[in-house]
Amino acid sequence: MTELDQPGRPAEPQIVRPYGDTTGDGRVQVSFTLPVPYGTARQRARAEGAALQLAAKMGLEPAMVVHAKGIGTDFTFFIVYGRVGHLVDLSEVIVAEREFPLLAAAEVNLRIRSGLGRKLVVVGACIGTDAHTVGIDAILNVKGHAGEKGLEYYREIRVVNLGSQVAVPDLVARAAAEGADAVLVSQVVTQRDAHIANAREMAGAFAAAGPRRPLLVVGGPRFDPAMTASLGVDKVFGKGTTPGEVASYLAYTLAPADSIGVGA
Amino acid sequence: METASTGPDRAVARRLNLDPAAVREARELARRAGQPIVDMARTHTTVSVERAVLRLAGLRGADEDGMPWVNRLADAVRRGTGLERGVALPAWDALLSGNYPDLGALARAAAAGEVQFRIPDGADAHAARGAAAAAAAGGIARIDAQRAAREAMIAQTSQPRMPWIYLIVATGDIYEDIPQAQAAAREGADIIAVIRSTGQSLLDYVPEGATREGFAGTYATQENFALMRAALDEVSRELGRYVRLTNYASGLCMPEIASLAGLERLDMMLNDCMYGIIFRDINPRRTFIDQRFSRQIHARAGIIINTGEDNYLTTADAVDAAHTVVVSQLLNEYFGKEAGLADSQLGLGHAFEINPAVPDSFVLELAHAQLVRELFPDAPLKYMPPTKHMTGNVFAGYLLDAFFNLAGVMTDQSILLIGMMTEGIHTPFLADRDLALENVRYVREAAGRLGESFQPVPGGFIDRRANEVLGEAVRLLRRISAEGLLEAIADGTFGITRRPADGGRGLDGVIEHADGYFNPARDILEGAQRNLPGDTPPAAMSEIGA
Repeated sequence: MTELDQPGRPAEPQIVRPYGDTTGDGRVQVSFTLPVPYGTARQRARAEGAALQLAAKMGLEPAMVVHAKGIGTDFTFFIVYGRVGHLVDLSEVIVAEREFPLLAAAEVNLRIRSGLGRKLVVVGACIGTDAHTVGIDAILNVKGHAGEKGLEYYREIRVVNLGSQVAVPDLVARAAAEGADAVLVSQVVTQRDAHIANAREMAGAFAAAGPRRPLLVVGGPRFDPAMTASLGVDKVFGKGTTPGEVASYLAYTLAPADSIGVGA
Repeated sequence: METASTGPDRAVARRLNLDPAAVREARELARRAGQPIVDMARTHTTVSVERAVLRLAGLRGADEDGMPWVNRLADAVRRGTGLERGVALPAWDALLSGNYPDLGALARAAAAGEVQFRIPDGADAHAARGAAAAAAAGGIARIDAQRAAREAMIAQTSQPRMPWIYLIVATGDIYEDIPQAQAAAREGADIIAVIRSTGQSLLDYVPEGATREGFAGTYATQENFALMRAALDEVSRELGRYVRLTNYASGLCMPEIASLAGLERLDMMLNDCMYGIIFRDINPRRTFIDQRFSRQIHARAGIIINTGEDNYLTTADAVDAAHTVVVSQLLNEYFGKEAGLADSQLGLGHAFEINPAVPDSFVLELAHAQLVRELFPDAPLKYMPPTKHMTGNVFAGYLLDAFFNLAGVMTDQSILLIGMMTEGIHTPFLADRDLALENVRYVREAAGRLGESFQPVPGGFIDRRANEVLGEAVRLLRRISAEGLLEAIADGTFGITRRPADGGRGLDGVIEHADGYFNPARDILEGAQRNLPGDTPPAAMSEIGA
């Protein structure tokens, strides 16, 4: 417990400034590069002046260029310390509420183990004529995407990657055969809205196959997460989704934690 | 000019008391584990091996949908006669008997369904073989000429001193990559790697032409290779230092990419024996067959391969799995030499990935790095920086990268991939790259001589740890050689994934040879290998004097 948590302390201020070494001093450090040369004495003076101008426009005043170095012939790198005049109003801070908490791989595994008591089975595919497996592979392959390992990396997730151009009836049959908890479908090709038609066809086929269908997740760069209901699926992931987000969503949805404190 | 070598600049210092019997046993076990795989690779071909033959014979270009003519022609031959005897015999028979002016015209006609392929015999077969052999020899001659051109360029400029500094560019747009690569070379990079577009390894064709769009990388195409090599030649002359170009011969088109690399004078290629299997779920058989042919090409072209052992440590714990790195290196060495690569072409990979919170983590890193250095004294080892424990605290990351550089300098590593403090956060800024180069320059200048005084105490912590990892590697190799490598891969021995021999992508592109299988490129590559004594590779590199 830190001092801040001690009872009897005055209420936390709503307005704060950056803290350098004294309350309210507003001191910060930034670094950036400008496309200006740092060769001759005159160029150096101009480059530092340019950095100070940018610092002032960022709200740093007074500011001090503590380091400047030419990179190649056309660029200069700066480190600047300064006092920022802006105030932070904590009452205006909005915390985006994600419907599910982002979990580390170990937490996902733990949650599946304790919540499900067995491996979570994911069947993935590109359906229809779409041969672009880049999306589904980025999410499923160990290799992963954006510095995050894919779902195959998670010890408690069993991945069945059916690849591309999978027919919807085959996907439904395979999902049943594998005992899939979730089906992940990626669609990259969007000509004539093929991605939407394919997703609806898939959702319809699973609905027709019986009441106990797996969780249906679709993803692709042209999907809008607001389309979930109209597509008849449980979750839509758009552009820039990482494997960790998908794993967290699956664990959150399919292996509900009975304990408290998860996902603060 | 001082002697250029791709091994370490000076003889590797012996710093450990490794048990020579254990080292011998490890190599023997790797051979035993690899031999059945080589036997399989000798008696099978793949669609990509056959397409590589067509590429070496000069077939370029693509149809209006961007599908390369090599794919269209190989597919047509496969439908007509199968590929069990290779693409060359039926293709050149059709070329001669149909009086097509060139392979391109044949491919267009075949794609339109106008060609009836057959397996010729007698004089027709003889003529087809002769024409195919001449065409393949043309491609190999171009590879030889590019190798000579590399040697000439190095003589004209200079061989950079080791460790070579390896930097990555990847914008997706080859015309953006070029100025970035040139700038990186001017900032001190000795090797430029152009990262490929995400998922290219899973395409069963090589895209065509100069490309300006990619997913987190730039497509590997013949035209992109040529453009970048020309740009680096320009900057090499300007700097008086030969700047090497690297790309990726991995995935479903490994043999074709290797051929294009030879034709366009790339200098190093990522080319691991198991990476595609473990991390991309490519079929194991497909991978091993493809990698053998691609390594035969690399051997001929004087290309240094880079293996991907660093990847194991990004999924498994770097202390617990240290021995799997050594096992994979020994397998890569066996497969590489079998395919004709010299020691000086084996850029075996390893990495600085131990959790910095582990006590003595740096000392453990030294033990691992020194072990690899001494196991492969003549190999241009590629040492990879921390990625897994880079947290977003760029200041702490910068410190960790400095320790990585120090370990690299102290243990005589040959190629240092530059660590970025922004690893895992975003594509490095211009300034991040400059700071990373400043880091390695400082360590190299400040501690370059430290290696000569680095002598771990015999029986001390480093010595014991190195022997322990070697012992674990031998035990694992015993298991693998008893069980079979394909079975071990299926059991999830490497990385953490199970990859059965009949699973994964690309198995439908694997074809067992029938009697009379004919591959004119392979005949030339293996003929050259047979004609040389001992284990000297087909082309003992003059580039690489040692």
